[in-house]
Amino acid sequence: MSILVDAKSRVVVQGITGREGTFHARACREYGTAIVAGVTPGRGGMDYEGVPVFHTVREAVEKTGANVSLIFVPPVAAADAILESADAGLPLVVCITEGIPIADMVKVRATLERRGTTRLIGPNSPGLITPGACKIGIMPGYIHKPGPVGVVSRSGTLTYEAVAQLTRRGIGQSTCIGIGGDPISGTSFVDVLRLFQQDPVTEAVVLIGEIGGGSEEEAARFARREMTKPIVSFIAGQTAPPGRRMGHAGAIISGGQGTATEKMKILEDCGVRVVRSPEEIGEAVERALKDTAGKRR
Amino acid sequence: MKIHEYQAKQILARFGVPVPKGEVAFNPRDAAAIAARLGGRAVLKAQIHAGGRGKGGGVKIAANVEEAEQIARQMIGMTLVTPQTGPAGRKVRRVLVEETLPIAREIYVGVTLDRGRGAPVVMVSAEGGVNIEEIARDRPESILREPVDPLLGFRAYQARRLAFGLGLKGDEVKQAVSIFTGLMRACEETDALLAEINPLIVAAQGTLVALDAKVNFDDNALFRHPDIRELRDTDEEDPLEVEASAHGLNYIKLDGTVGCMVNGAGLAMATMDVIKLVGGAAANFLDVGGGASAEQVAAAFRILQSDPKVKAVLINIFGGILRVDVLARGVAEAARQVGVKFPVVARLEGTNVEEGRRILLEAGLNLTLSDGMLDAARKVVALAGAR
Repeated sequence: MSILVDAKSRVVVQGITGREGTFHARACREYGTAIVAGVTPGRGGMDYEGVPVFHTVREAVEKTGANVSLIFVPPVAAADAILESADAGLPLVVCITEGIPIADMVKVRATLERRGTTRLIGPNSPGLITPGACKIGIMPGYIHKPGPVGVVSRSGTLTYEAVAQLTRRGIGQSTCIGIGGDPISGTSFVDVLRLFQQDPVTEAVVLIGEIGGGSEEEAARFARREMTKPIVSFIAGQTAPPGRRMGHAGAIISGGQGTATEKMKILEDCGVRVVRSPEEIGEAVERALKDTAGKRR
Repeated sequence: MKIHEYQAKQILARFGVPVPKGEVAFNPRDAAAIAARLGGRAVLKAQIHAGGRGKGGGVKIAANVEEAEQIARQMIGMTLVTPQTGPAGRKVRRVLVEETLPIAREIYVGVTLDRGRGAPVVMVSAEGGVNIEEIARDRPESILREPVDPLLGFRAYQARRLAFGLGLKGDEVKQAVSIFTGLMRACEETDALLAEINPLIVAAQGTLVALDAKVNFDDNALFRHPDIRELRDTDEEDPLEVEASAHGLNYIKLDGTVGCMVNGAGLAMATMDVIKLVGGAAANFLDVGGGASAEQVAAAFRILQSDPKVKAVLINIFGGILRVDVLARGVAEAARQVGVKFPVVARLEGTNVEEGRRILLEAGLNLTLSDGMLDAARKVVALAGAR
């Protein structure tokens, strides 16, 4: 078991003929993901390394039964690509693209919320992976290993860091999800925590947050209310200066809001195990798993 | 992206927001000429990308043309220190010369993004003229908010609700509604992430005028606003940050002595945090990104090198998309081009890590390899402190 994606996921890649799209579609397929279609408007009918390419997402879905879209379309057209996938009825859309104008995402999110039929992961996300079953994103697959820990993060490489630590300790992952570094994203920490709580395989969760916004605070309150599984958390940006965007469009302390200190405090108050250094994540998870195993006995 | 007050006012004026008569001057002679056109009496406002200017002597009233010239001479070229500039202050290069207006009332109006709701929100407060963060902290109940439906837009009734909520009367309400909707339209059409009129004044005759204005834009949307992109004033930015952005690098100058080169924004922030944890301080945030080329990495290294505060460098790479060997080649290239003055600690993980380590070891650097983030941070902080 896992959340959102598994070995039955059939992926259509929007922007498959671009540099990034080609490179990562190949890497996903090598990992074992069923890449069943590509979409590049104007290049329908071609065969791209054995993957049929279509002009439109609707056609790709009709002909191949794709049920997840993976988007590598440039920022100027990415919002449109997300809406096209939603309109074609796809229940899950994963958007890797970084740099989509915020106003575009505001409209996309409002539209998806009103339709209520499509979950968007991202944008500005590394994607998600269910180790051993399917990788829909740009993360290095080999650092992962199937197991009981769910990972959710606003970051890319920092997540790989945490995953590599877990794997090195022999602790596998159920599903790892990057919700993205933008201020407006399709899926929140709370959405993912709810899924992990329901997933029978997941026994503990790693939540990697960062400065900006209030999604970690919401996650903390949700955890206290509804989570029985332990959560280990690291918040990046404890030393970030206020008013500056730290690489990610969403990583900014504005008006004194969204500091790491505040987030860490609320998480701790809500019973989350907060670590000060990313290097402590693996060890903290190991302890959390032992504690819950002890309780069950 | 930030712009100056006078530029913000020009944009708002295009959307029907009334602003004081005035022009920008780059030298005292022009300032005097503008004051003369305004009838002699004028207010001179230093144009820098930071607020709180009045407190630092950046806003002064001239009674006549001569005084205007004199004040402009003082202001242009001065280093203005305000609560928002930090102790180093900012050099003033432009002044806005404006008509003075009698003030009966000061109101705050702002449009910002409500991240939780995923939509813009229009906010007003009857307590204008003060920093909105102070109002939010001390008297949150004095702020009225209208969330904007992203698909329906900001509606007239919402603007009216705000205007009546402020206690405006008669024609003032009409003016306020037009100003609030104009401000919101300006945001939508320019991809502004923040737009503030603070204060919006009721002048003695019952006329509403935007006395000060601030607009910040979404950097990711500038591609569709070439006119706004031209308003960028690189004099207001750190020169190293300007150079980094020209190379497509995410670099932010900080105050410490440990230069950092990291891939990924989250990992870059975490690296700064770990340096602090072991008693050091990062000289910068630098995310070389997922797809950095060897040229970009070389440019990044040159930038770290030109920061006089840097005493040692920490390279922390988790190679996923960015292959470790590509990064290593960039560093080796930079070492060849400019020579590396300071010790380097590298912590490398991920794709092609062995090849990356080999290239770095052969690059002729004063190099220490490390296996973990904490260990690397300890080593680099010791090196930075020892010099």
